[in-house]
Parts: sequence; structure tokens; C-alpha cells
Amino acid sequence: MRRRVVITGVGAVTPLGVGAAPLIERWSAGECGIEDGAGRCREFDPLDFLSRKEARRSDRFVQLAIAAAEEATAQAGWAEGLPYEAHRIGCIVGTGIGGLGSLEEQQRKLIEEGPKAVSPLAVPLMMGNAGAAAVAMRHGLHGQTYGVVSACAAGAHALGDAARAIRCGDAEAVVTGGAEAAITGLAEAGFAAMGATSPSGISRPFDARRDGFVIGEGAGILVLEDADAARSRGARVLGEVLGYGASCDAFHLTAPQPDGSDAARAIELALADARLDPVEVDYVNAHGTSTPLNDRSETEALKLALNGRTAELPVSSTKSAIGHLLGAAGAVEAIATVEALRRDVAPPTVGWEEREEGLDLDYVPGAARSLGRNGSRLVGISNSFGFGGHNAVLCLAA
Amino acid sequence: MATAVTSEQVEKTIYDGLVELGTERGELSREASLESLDVDSLDLVELAQIVEEEFGVELRGDDVKDVKTVGEVIDLVVAKAG
Repeated sequence: MRRRVVITGVGAVTPLGVGAAPLIERWSAGECGIEDGAGRCREFDPLDFLSRKEARRSDRFVQLAIAAAEEATAQAGWAEGLPYEAHRIGCIVGTGIGGLGSLEEQQRKLIEEGPKAVSPLAVPLMMGNAGAAAVAMRHGLHGQTYGVVSACAAGAHALGDAARAIRCGDAEAVVTGGAEAAITGLAEAGFAAMGATSPSGISRPFDARRDGFVIGEGAGILVLEDADAARSRGARVLGEVLGYGASCDAFHLTAPQPDGSDAARAIELALADARLDPVEVDYVNAHGTSTPLNDRSETEALKLALNGRTAELPVSSTKSAIGHLLGAAGAVEAIATVEALRRDVAPPTVGWEEREEGLDLDYVPGAARSLGRNGSRLVGISNSFGFGGHNAVLCLAA
Repeated sequence: MATAVTSEQVEKTIYDGLVELGTERGELSREASLESLDVDSLDLVELAQIVEEEFGVELRGDDVKDVKTVGEVIDLVVAKAG
């Protein structure tokens, strides 16, 4: 029989606060953490989690990952020690860009002060696998550990890889997720130059007035465990990773395939992996970036993959409340999805008001509402699509 | 470059540098071992950058590979500056 993968801990640092609870509670209440056109983690102080020395050896994206991992592993009951042999626990953490703030600072030193001024920490600060490395080192995890880089799909790809590692017996558990801290001069200028970010500074996915995404930062980390092993140790199970599907548009460097066909295939693959029919999906946590192109092609993809079952299906975007967390988005949104399912709630697409022709799904306008749990579990899918046409979809249950 | 580098000047620079790198000031003494202060090879490179900036003394990996205590780092810098 196939091994099942359960979620025993979640941790998040987002513009809505430090912790997974403020994320789901404040989003469900229709609050938005975006201020001055960016989703910053204003309440996060790295020194709450790290010594001064550890903090200066970590880029902000790594600091965020460490904080989220602290919450997730504590919730999983790992605070007193690892439940499995250390070499049977992996660590897979995605990021879109890595330590961009550190790279920019060291580049400035190189240009202004010369090569001798460049810190010996420059490379370990900026490397994309720094989040995975730091979390593994902090918790003494000796299983397979690496970073995943696939732009805004990285967090979801990391979770997918982690679930597969457990399923195929490579690991008993994997600490996984995504982290990003790229609200920097270079990223802001670059995204703005390509017209991806919102000139108005408002994230309103699927609304006719949407004009681009709002850049955000944060991290989401989950503890995934083999279901039998988790049960044997008496762990509290929060949810389950039922399925994972991934595909590539191979269409354009930044634009999604307009008909959504490859994104739809990723959704279909995730459902097939979960051995579920579209009719069994209770909730969709959309990628929903608030860009004109994504929200249209994603709507097409959902219609294609779910066979017209979409009319009565709630579809909402976490990005309406926190902005686009890039490589952290897939992991943070997977957490939001599981927490929404646990609470039997479809959180709203905050700020959605004006319908655009063709964007005719139920985007959960106004306020959160019940998912109408009438069985033992609710099923949700969480979409993540990255520049490069990378599509990663998770099928989750709680 | 400073003409006369005293042991006191070097001590102050090294102490301030180690604090900047994350060491608690109260733990610092000439006798304290680098290992006990959790000062590793990356810290020594950063410390060497600070020393070079301040005194124009270049410390190479070979220079510091056998150094065990804070006092030995100070003495090494004073000797090289002389």
C-alpha cells in the first residue's frame, strides 16, 4: 500500500503577523497586511529567534525560514527532540531568488570599496539553499536537504518533493516550505520594469481593476511525516498531502499560456495523484496574483481541469491579504489552505468587487464563509505558478 | 597607516570587532580561547578585514591557523604592525 503523508506542524511569518494563526485568522476576517504598496513582515524581529551572531550570518529570507520552522517543529512536538533518526529526516526549502538583499549589499561593497571589502559571508548569505541549510543545521536534520528554485512555484515544488521523498521511503519526515525576502531595490525595479507589479499598490486578484501583483515577504514551513510513523508516535495530525502535480508551459519567459492548458494539467495530475475526482474538491486556494494575465489564465485552467464543476466552488487568493510572497507563496498558501479546511472556512478574496468578463468563478467576495463540512474531511487544492511557466499544484485535506 | 600601534589600540579594535561579529563583550579576555567564544574561520576572515582597514596589517590564513586565544590574535597583529 502506498505510504501516506500527513502534516503535523505548520509555521508562518507573513505580513499578517508572526505565526500561522494570525495568517488564517486575520485573512478570514478580511484583513490585509499590505502597507505602502508592499507586504512586509513588520512584526518580525529576527532576534526573537536567533542570536546576534546567527542573525548576521543569515539573510532575511533565512531568518524568516528559521522562525517559521521553529513554530512548525514545536507544533509537531519536536521541541524535546527528533522523533526519528536524524538521517531519516530531510529538509527541502524553496525560494524564488535567495539572499537578494545580501547580494545587493555585497555588490555595493565590491563596487565602492573593492574586492577586499567583500564579506566571507557573501556567498553563504546569498545562496538559494541557505534556508534549507540553516533549518537543517539548527534542528540537526541529516536526511536529504536542498533548496528548490522555481520562482513563484518554489514553495509548492518543495512540498511536492518532500511528500514524494516520504512516499518513496527516502525519509520518515521532511521539514519543508519556502521563504523569500526580496523587497529590495533591484527586485522592485526589475518587477516594475517588466510591468508585473501593481502601480496602484493594491492586490485585488480576479477583480477587473487589478493592475499587477504587490510584492511581499515571509516564510511558510510545514512538518510532513509518514502517516504510519506519525500515528505510531501519537502525533497530532493537522492535515494530509493527498496529491501533487507539476508541469511546464514552455511558452514564454514570464507570461502564462493564455489557455491555461498546462496549468490545468498540473491540477489534473495532482487530483489523479490524490485519486480524486474534481467533484470531491471543496475549496481552491488560487495562485491569484492580481496580474491581468495570471488571473485570466488561471481561471481558464480551473475551468478546464475541474470540468465545469467550478460554478459552485469557492476560489480565493491569499495574495489579496498578504501580497505575493514569491518563492514562499506556495508554502504559505498551502498552510493557509490546510488551516482554512481545518476551520471549515473559505477565506475571502479581500477587496474583490468588480467582475471582468470571462472571470466568472466564485472568488469568495466580501466575507469568509463556511465550506459546509458534512463529512470527515474537506479537500482543497493550492495552485502555484512561477515565471518560466512552472506549475505546481498540491491537493490537501483536513 | 598608523605609525605606532600599541597593544591597547589593537586590543580595543579586536574586542570591538568580535562584539560586532556577535560575541558578548563580557566574555572577552586575552585568555579566552577562540573556540570557547565560537569564533570560527569565517569570523577570523572578517576580523582580518577589520584589522587591515584599521592598521593596514594583512593577516593571511597561514598567519592565524595556529592562533588559539584572543591574546594571541592581538600579539600577532602588534608584531606584524611593528
